[in-house]
Amino acid sequence: MNEPRLLEANGLTLHFGAIPALVDVDAQLWPGEVLAIVGESGSGKTTLLNVLAGRIRPDSGVVQYRAPDGEMLDVHAMPAPALRGLHRSDWGFVQQNPRENLRMGVSAGGNVGERLMARGERHYGDIRAEALRWLAEVEIDADRIDDLPRVFSGGMLQRLQIARTLVTHPRLVFMDEPTGGLDVSVQARLLDLIRSLVARLGIAVVLVTHDIAVARLLAARIMVMQRGRVVETGLTDQVLDDPQHPYTQLLVSSVLAA
Amino acid sequence: MSAVVLRTEGLAKDFTLHLQGGVRIPVLAGIDLSLAAGTCVALSGPSGAGKSTLMRALYGNYRAGAGRILVRHDAQMVDLAAADPRTVIAVRRTTLGYVSQFLRVVPRVSALDVVAEVLMARGTDLAEARAVATELLCRLNIPARLHGLPPATFSGGEQQRVNLARGFIGCHPILLLDEPTASLDPANRDVVIGMIADAKARGIAIVGIFHDVEVRDSVADHLFPVMPLQEAA
Repeated sequence: MNEPRLLEANGLTLHFGAIPALVDVDAQLWPGEVLAIVGESGSGKTTLLNVLAGRIRPDSGVVQYRAPDGEMLDVHAMPAPALRGLHRSDWGFVQQNPRENLRMGVSAGGNVGERLMARGERHYGDIRAEALRWLAEVEIDADRIDDLPRVFSGGMLQRLQIARTLVTHPRLVFMDEPTGGLDVSVQARLLDLIRSLVARLGIAVVLVTHDIAVARLLAARIMVMQRGRVVETGLTDQVLDDPQHPYTQLLVSSVLAA
Repeated sequence: MSAVVLRTEGLAKDFTLHLQGGVRIPVLAGIDLSLAAGTCVALSGPSGAGKSTLMRALYGNYRAGAGRILVRHDAQMVDLAAADPRTVIAVRRTTLGYVSQFLRVVPRVSALDVVAEVLMARGTDLAEARAVATELLCRLNIPARLHGLPPATFSGGEQQRVNLARGFIGCHPILLLDEPTASLDPANRDVVIGMIADAKARGIAIVGIFHDVEVRDSVADHLFPVMPLQEAA
């Protein structure tokens, strides 16, 4: 298995004051695969996601991303405009709260089209057609294209955020609790959408979730974090069905069966 | 003598329960199992002896404690006990199939797509994968009107047949079957016996747990005894 990695992190360490948020964390991601990072609140999983995405700088350690031309880019050493460029096209970031990513005063279609325009698309008809296509992909009716997101439900907002993120065909998407705070029925629909879109488009995903059922459904590999450390990593079904570390055993045994 | 497609050497498995004061439960030790193409080995032994644990270890769902699990994959023997996760995933995609006792249902995904996605994961296009899936579901007597529905509301027997269709559609050279006929009526049980016989005739090797002696006697070429270990002192 010597296929080139898409993202590689080595020795990531970060302290918030005296609190260790990340302690010597390594991570690898290959093209087209979904990696879940699980752990309870405060375990460092969202911090790790932000460090991997270049949004928070670690005290030490390196994050490298393989550009489409094969060059390995040092995410924390590259110039800010280049990093912003990555976030605009090659990468996507799905926030738990879609309002952080969407422009609430711009129409649904505008929110999707805006990311295309940021990448340099200029033809209005093409942009609108692509926005319509993506609204359909995330099951938002075409007649809502000119509505403002503020009249959308939480589930619709999250689907709109996903359309906005995927419209540029990113190779790598970071997701922070994408189904957090949604009703279970809404959550099921969103999970199914994410699962099928990611598989069909071959997108690599780093997914942060505290919900191990979400990890099992979406991710082939999993990392379990506790107090800033990766305590266990491996094949998702193996880690969840045969957990080795005391903390993973606690995490798995604490879930209520429906 | 056909080629050996799966072989374990000194396979052992125990569980350490950290939440119960670190108690260690040995389940398997010194398992040397050999499986040839086109044959079926039935695991036999009392309930609780570790048959399902062995199956899960063979699939890489449980981590082997010691020993090797050699699987013939892409013309090489790969040791699943030592393989990295991505290798295990690749082996499962094309070489090693597993039918668990219960279908893990995914909300909103239709029975047809539960089955078809095995082929789609290998790059088969949607229409062709669904056509093969439809044929298999029909053979297993799942009425066409149910194919488009998510199996969550299906009966136990229907879910198991969807699970079997999902297991058989990939024509993996090695297939692990954990109680494949447990909740089936006699007619469907006979369908499954027929499918196992067809698979063997095509050279597929099978490891199975069959509580139904009639099923076991009609498909198994060899019995592999799995006996309970003494509790560690």
